[in-house]
Amino acid sequence: MRILDKKSVSRRSFLKGGTATALGLSIVGNLVLGKSSAWAASFNNIGGDDGATLVQMARDIFPHDHLADKYYAKVIEGYNAAAKKDAGLKKMIQSELKKINAASKAKYGRDYKNINRELERVNILKANTSSPLFSKLRGDLVTGLYNNQEVWPKFGYEGASADKGGYINRGYNDINWLEKA
Amino acid sequence: MAKFNKNDDSLVVIIGSGAGGGTLGYELAKKGVKSVILEAGARHEIKDFSNDEWGMFGQISWLDKRTTSGDWRVATDFGGLPSWIVKAVGGSTVHWAGASLRFQDHEWKAKSNYGNVKGASLLDWPINGKEMAPYYAKAENEMGTTGTNGIERLPGNNNYKVFEAGAKKIGYKKVHTGNMSINSKPRDGRIACQQIGFCFQGCKSGAKWSTLYSSIPKGEKTGNLEVRPNSHVLRIEHDKSGKVTGVVYKDKDGNTQVQKARVVAVAGNSIESPRILLNSESNMFKNGLGNSSGEVGKNYMRHMTGSVYSIFEKPVYMYRGTTMAGIVQDESVHNPKRGFVGGYELETLSLGLPFMAAFLDPGQWGREFAGAMEKYDHMAGLWIVGEDMPQSSNRVTLSDQKDQYGMRAPNVHYSDHPNDIAMRSHAFKQARKMYNAVGATRVIETPPYPSTHNLGTNRMSAKAKDGVVNKHGQSWDVKNLFVSDGSQFTTGAAENPTLTIVALAIRQADYIAKQMSSKAI
Repeated sequence: MRILDKKSVSRRSFLKGGTATALGLSIVGNLVLGKSSAWAASFNNIGGDDGATLVQMARDIFPHDHLADKYYAKVIEGYNAAAKKDAGLKKMIQSELKKINAASKAKYGRDYKNINRELERVNILKANTSSPLFSKLRGDLVTGLYNNQEVWPKFGYEGASADKGGYINRGYNDINWLEKA
Repeated sequence: MAKFNKNDDSLVVIIGSGAGGGTLGYELAKKGVKSVILEAGARHEIKDFSNDEWGMFGQISWLDKRTTSGDWRVATDFGGLPSWIVKAVGGSTVHWAGASLRFQDHEWKAKSNYGNVKGASLLDWPINGKEMAPYYAKAENEMGTTGTNGIERLPGNNNYKVFEAGAKKIGYKKVHTGNMSINSKPRDGRIACQQIGFCFQGCKSGAKWSTLYSSIPKGEKTGNLEVRPNSHVLRIEHDKSGKVTGVVYKDKDGNTQVQKARVVAVAGNSIESPRILLNSESNMFKNGLGNSSGEVGKNYMRHMTGSVYSIFEKPVYMYRGTTMAGIVQDESVHNPKRGFVGGYELETLSLGLPFMAAFLDPGQWGREFAGAMEKYDHMAGLWIVGEDMPQSSNRVTLSDQKDQYGMRAPNVHYSDHPNDIAMRSHAFKQARKMYNAVGATRVIETPPYPSTHNLGTNRMSAKAKDGVVNKHGQSWDVKNLFVSDGSQFTTGAAENPTLTIVALAIRQADYIAKQMSSKAI
């Protein structure tokens, strides 16, 4: 059976050797910079704190521990870009996050993104599913996260196949673990 | 290729180029009857297709203004998208899966065989299996259906192998890769299936039959068929005698045009077809064209559907290969001991990761959902397609909202009948048994998608008061007006409808040609 390596990107990089240094640097980079300050530059319109809160919310909506923050942040970067021209969006994000942070403070004594337990953050989200921000974020993530071709290999999805001749010679019927009937 | 004059009133004007309209145009062309097909969408050829779920969705889907109501979950999750059908030359034969099943004899006579079902508006079709058999044979030959005409069935992919093993383990006998209008060997100028997957995104190899690159080009070659894309029909016109005379449409530049006609055939799928008739109201036809019975738009059916996705310890890669080549037919019989009338088919199905995220459990979030998505490559999937009960309250009406041309948009109202709910629950239970028998670690019941099988809104009836068209799909009220798509279905049966739509269109072409030559129309 042709099994996909879901970590293929980084492993191939290491095998090739060439990009190992760059990868190492980015890991160090993330360790050095705190989350909020790392986002500050890319969220110039909505602000670093709100940006980081949205990234955390995005992860809590579709929590995949094997996905780096950057895949969630891509959707939020879209909001940041749109907020530049769309004052209504910016205002909605700000006012809704204010409510979510207030609820977080009331229940757990700190802002949403500073609550450490996922279970507790999810409790806050559950109480706010009627928020227009929640439904927008959830809806946008369906395509923004799962239609991002960069995440497909991490879910074992190969995407387009016609350009590779389909699967007729690439394992459409190679399952080998079923018991013989 | 023919190009007809808009003032030519000798033509058959066909609205829509899918399984019904595309077939009718081709069949008429073979007989020397000239027709023009007005297609609302653009012409996207095979080279324009991509293996990209959302990309193709945006490119070919019917996304015009629509509203929904009723208790079906589609109204909540996809309120503006009651159906997932195609607006392009070829219609929904561009994105169909290829399953080509004949109705069973008892299904032509649902009312007689099922009896009075409370709340259902069941009727017998005015035709039967014996009358349809020769037309089914012609359709299967034209479409190159596997399992017929000596055409061997497709090989099973991984998703099928899991499905088959589970089905056999729980005792199902009628298990195979289906009767599919997808070439297993080169045939009719089209190559064999390359197991690409992405059957729903337009077949890149052309192995799957579609009017787009099968019937329509053949029809065009005769010089008797013109397909006019980007021609969005607004209404049908008639004269003082009540005969239809032409069709008003918007061309690609948004200009209003009128195409004169001797005969008009409506084949715009079961939401647009009744909508066009309702929007064609006049002083003579106050309730809409051909609607003296009041049945136009009523009895909307969409099949009892649902999906089951099961997760296994080891990978499946269900997306590799033909999307729907796999079927269990043991439950398609009528056996009321199960607690419902009619039956259902189980068919293999897969979605790509992007569509899975949208449809697995719409609106869900959190670890339960994300955990299932993380096992996407370990999933096997199937689709349930069963006979739903016609109900006169399930219907297409004109909403107060307007489309891009200022015409009243359709509202699609649907609520499950108790029979539909009982059947779905039985099917979910059986599918769960199948997958558990081969070691599923988690089984997920997925609610119906936006409708792909839209049926019944201009139904055929033996009596004028019970339906919209007679046994030839001819309007009871207007003799040169025909309905040529799935909206003429009296009942839905358990089978995917395309083969029956094609067979009915072939039969109707015979009738129209005869009626024209005898000057009856």
